[in-house]
Amino acid sequence: MNVIYTDVLVIGGGLAGLRMAIAAKRRGHDAIILSLVPPKRSHSKAAQGGMQASLGNVIKGQGDNEDVHFEDTVRGSDWGADQEVVRMFVNTAPKAVRELAAWGVPWSRVRQGDRQVVINGQKVRITEREQAHGLVAQRDFGGTKKWRTCYVADGTGHAMLQAVGDQTIAASIPVHERMEALALIHEAGRCYGAVVRNLVSGELTAYVAKATAIATGGAGRLYRVTTNAVICEGIGHAIALETGAAALGNMEAVQFHPTGIFPAGILVTEGCRGDGGLLKDASGQRFMPDYEPEKKELASRDVVSRRMEEHIAKGHGAKSRFGEHLWLDITLLGEHHIKHNLREVYEICHYFLGLDPSKEMIPVRPAQHYTMGGVRTDASGASPTLKGLFAAGEAACWDMHGFNRLGGNSVAETVVAGMIVGERIADFCDRSDNDVAIATGVVREALAREQARLAGLLTGGGSEDAAALKQRMQEIMTARVGIFRTGADLEQAVDELRQLLIRSRSIGLRSSSPGVNPELVTAYRTQKMIKLALTVAYGALARTESRGAHFRQDHPRRNDAEWLKRTLAWWKNDADTLPTLTYEPLEVAKMELPPGWRGYGAKDYVEHPHTAARQAEVEAARQRISDRFELQRALMPYEHLLPPRLRGRNERIDEPLADATARRAAE
Amino acid sequence: MSEQKINFIPPGANAGQGARLVNDGETLTIRVLRYNPRDPASRPHLQTYELEQGPGMTLFIALNEIRDKLDASLQFDFVCRAGICGSCAMLINGRPTLACRTLTRDVGPEIILAPLPFFELIGDLSVDTGKWMRAMSERIESWVHLQSQELDLTRLEERMDPELAERIYELDRCIECGCCVAACGTARMREDFIGAVALNKIARFRLDPRDARSDADFYDLVGDDDGVFGCMSLLACHDVCPKDLPLQTQIAFIRRKMVAVGLR
Repeated sequence: MNVIYTDVLVIGGGLAGLRMAIAAKRRGHDAIILSLVPPKRSHSKAAQGGMQASLGNVIKGQGDNEDVHFEDTVRGSDWGADQEVVRMFVNTAPKAVRELAAWGVPWSRVRQGDRQVVINGQKVRITEREQAHGLVAQRDFGGTKKWRTCYVADGTGHAMLQAVGDQTIAASIPVHERMEALALIHEAGRCYGAVVRNLVSGELTAYVAKATAIATGGAGRLYRVTTNAVICEGIGHAIALETGAAALGNMEAVQFHPTGIFPAGILVTEGCRGDGGLLKDASGQRFMPDYEPEKKELASRDVVSRRMEEHIAKGHGAKSRFGEHLWLDITLLGEHHIKHNLREVYEICHYFLGLDPSKEMIPVRPAQHYTMGGVRTDASGASPTLKGLFAAGEAACWDMHGFNRLGGNSVAETVVAGMIVGERIADFCDRSDNDVAIATGVVREALAREQARLAGLLTGGGSEDAAALKQRMQEIMTARVGIFRTGADLEQAVDELRQLLIRSRSIGLRSSSPGVNPELVTAYRTQKMIKLALTVAYGALARTESRGAHFRQDHPRRNDAEWLKRTLAWWKNDADTLPTLTYEPLEVAKMELPPGWRGYGAKDYVEHPHTAARQAEVEAARQRISDRFELQRALMPYEHLLPPRLRGRNERIDEPLADATARRAAE
Repeated sequence: MSEQKINFIPPGANAGQGARLVNDGETLTIRVLRYNPRDPASRPHLQTYELEQGPGMTLFIALNEIRDKLDASLQFDFVCRAGICGSCAMLINGRPTLACRTLTRDVGPEIILAPLPFFELIGDLSVDTGKWMRAMSERIESWVHLQSQELDLTRLEERMDPELAERIYELDRCIECGCCVAACGTARMREDFIGAVALNKIARFRLDPRDARSDADFYDLVGDDDGVFGCMSLLACHDVCPKDLPLQTQIAFIRRKMVAVGLR
């Protein structure tokens, strides 16, 4: 029996996983990171446009602070987010940028003086302040009131992953590459690690740990057309689900990014529109101002994607042999800007489309992009129902994005959650009552169970083709569980996915080569992915309202009275063919920002019975208290939720901190 | 502008001199150098697959089609399939480059694929670049060596000249794909040669004012024949780098700086 013991087992080698491991290691706990691929190849790398943090250095970001970032994020979420978690996040994001700046991320910097930018299709001259010269710069992004997105050209995730990956190496944290967790080891509500398969040798090993953290990213590959990397199959979500003891939150909340290149679905960054790019239709007309006069191309992603599909449905799509699409026009930004600040976009257009985006328009259509749902945790990143299990980043639902995530908030979340949850994992490991006391029999059985499952696939004589089942699942998800949803479509999707799930239990393999066996990998992942697809489709069928990215044509209004609650999906028994859904309410009476209109998108919604009273309380507090920190504390105290070392105000040019003593006194 | 039509078949982004473009519907012949070191019965051999050229087809699409329909055992690595993660470097008609962004119509109709040389073979087209890159990073300590470990994260970040930040990013764009090492003449002869990937990183950290190391420190890391003095200036690394990093000038620059330390 192969067994490896460690304090912290981190499953996933992207930004969230690496940063958690660094935090735990710094507190004296050993960590091992499991990764499907070398960590610097993780999907975190694909974050192009930037990371939101309210530094307010650029002139168009002046006046930005945690309060504005908080409100933008909650409105973006369509009030689905946990507002305390959003507060923790917005207060930590500037600290994360500054930590990364010290670790070597070459953030693009502010240059004082005049510069020309493109705003709303017009060339405008703006003047950057002398005091801001050399500080981290920000660009505009969708759904934000201020320019808040800190960036490294359009390779932000790449640069962040280089720095955090290098710090992981500096801290001598082992990364076990090409290793895949197949199942969590758990008993009586306590998680003890995972059964892990070596993707090169095929061997199974049990990793036993005090704390197990899932940071495996999103599940975009449930869909046929996605911006996600091929490794984003949601297996981390699935192994949590399969325990029956941990829940997945809001799996029906799936984001579609407006600008996947057509037809491959490869992402071109929101920074294209943030920097002034326009969406145009078949006749070369700009159309977003007609639908969204307030934010135009820079409304939130759910809104822009819906408007694009709506425009195509009205017959304005450009036709091609692969179907219809729209155009992203960044030619007005000029060649110099594109080759410096949108360089990856330039390369992608060059290699995959054979066009020069400084001269020609880019064919785009919305593509699956982000999984708002994830392993349900509390504000410390811990599963409330499976002790010792943590999750962070896209794989988690703690829940800061609600039903729609803002651009630039996910790569920010990876490092922020890594910092916060990493500290909480260290706290957990500090306590001696959390020492691992597990019978070897439990480990042996877990290993034997997985071994038997794999053997069943290899030699069970099944007749179903895994690749075909997976492909069919992806077709169903893209066709029926996409941007526009209806009860009829979803019912059909659930029915068909159930059939696929049953068939997936009879998968047979054509090859049984020793060691690496790509067909076996497809087989066991497909079984897990179909379960996950069912949590998305079934959750979407049950939610008879529209909120954020979840849009029901048969229930087009947001319904706070009935649906201001989070979906929890459970897989109670292995033999089940549907998840079990439960709900947890969001409490209006505790919200710092009670539900209202987002400032873009649909204006009508069904109000929650408590909203008016809470709104009145909030208004009264605003009249009474002028200091923004005091007001915030009065409305929704959250600082106790942050690890002590991450508390404290954030300095800005316009909000200088006095010396350290005065600062501590102020807290 | 409204009349713009694109054909989804780019004009020869990767085409070699005099190559002709493959038409849709034409037969592609893909020969893969196959070997599974874990299977005692396996012997290195070329296996031939035929498939139909499709519009906009990349090697990512072609190899997945082969695996899904023709041969479930074929091993290869893709992650981002967008040319940014560096997973899929392989020899395409003898030249190391990224497979995901290589269009079959530019390199066909006969395509020979082989795994990247120099790195440990996992099987078929899959090699272990991750292990090598981690060892390289440990050897040259490829991280910013901070002046102080205690950071006050509540304070304004340190300022940096905007142009310097751009210059650092230029070198930071390396995706550790391994093409430079696979193409390197020195690495062929010296298995401990550190490669252009490492020398570029040395240049990157040397440029970074946040890194406390001096040229003498860097000399200790790369001031020998397994480091910068091993380079024979054949510069295939520069020619094949998928990210167009300025490897030629950076290696020359680091060599001059290290010579200066050596002569001290």
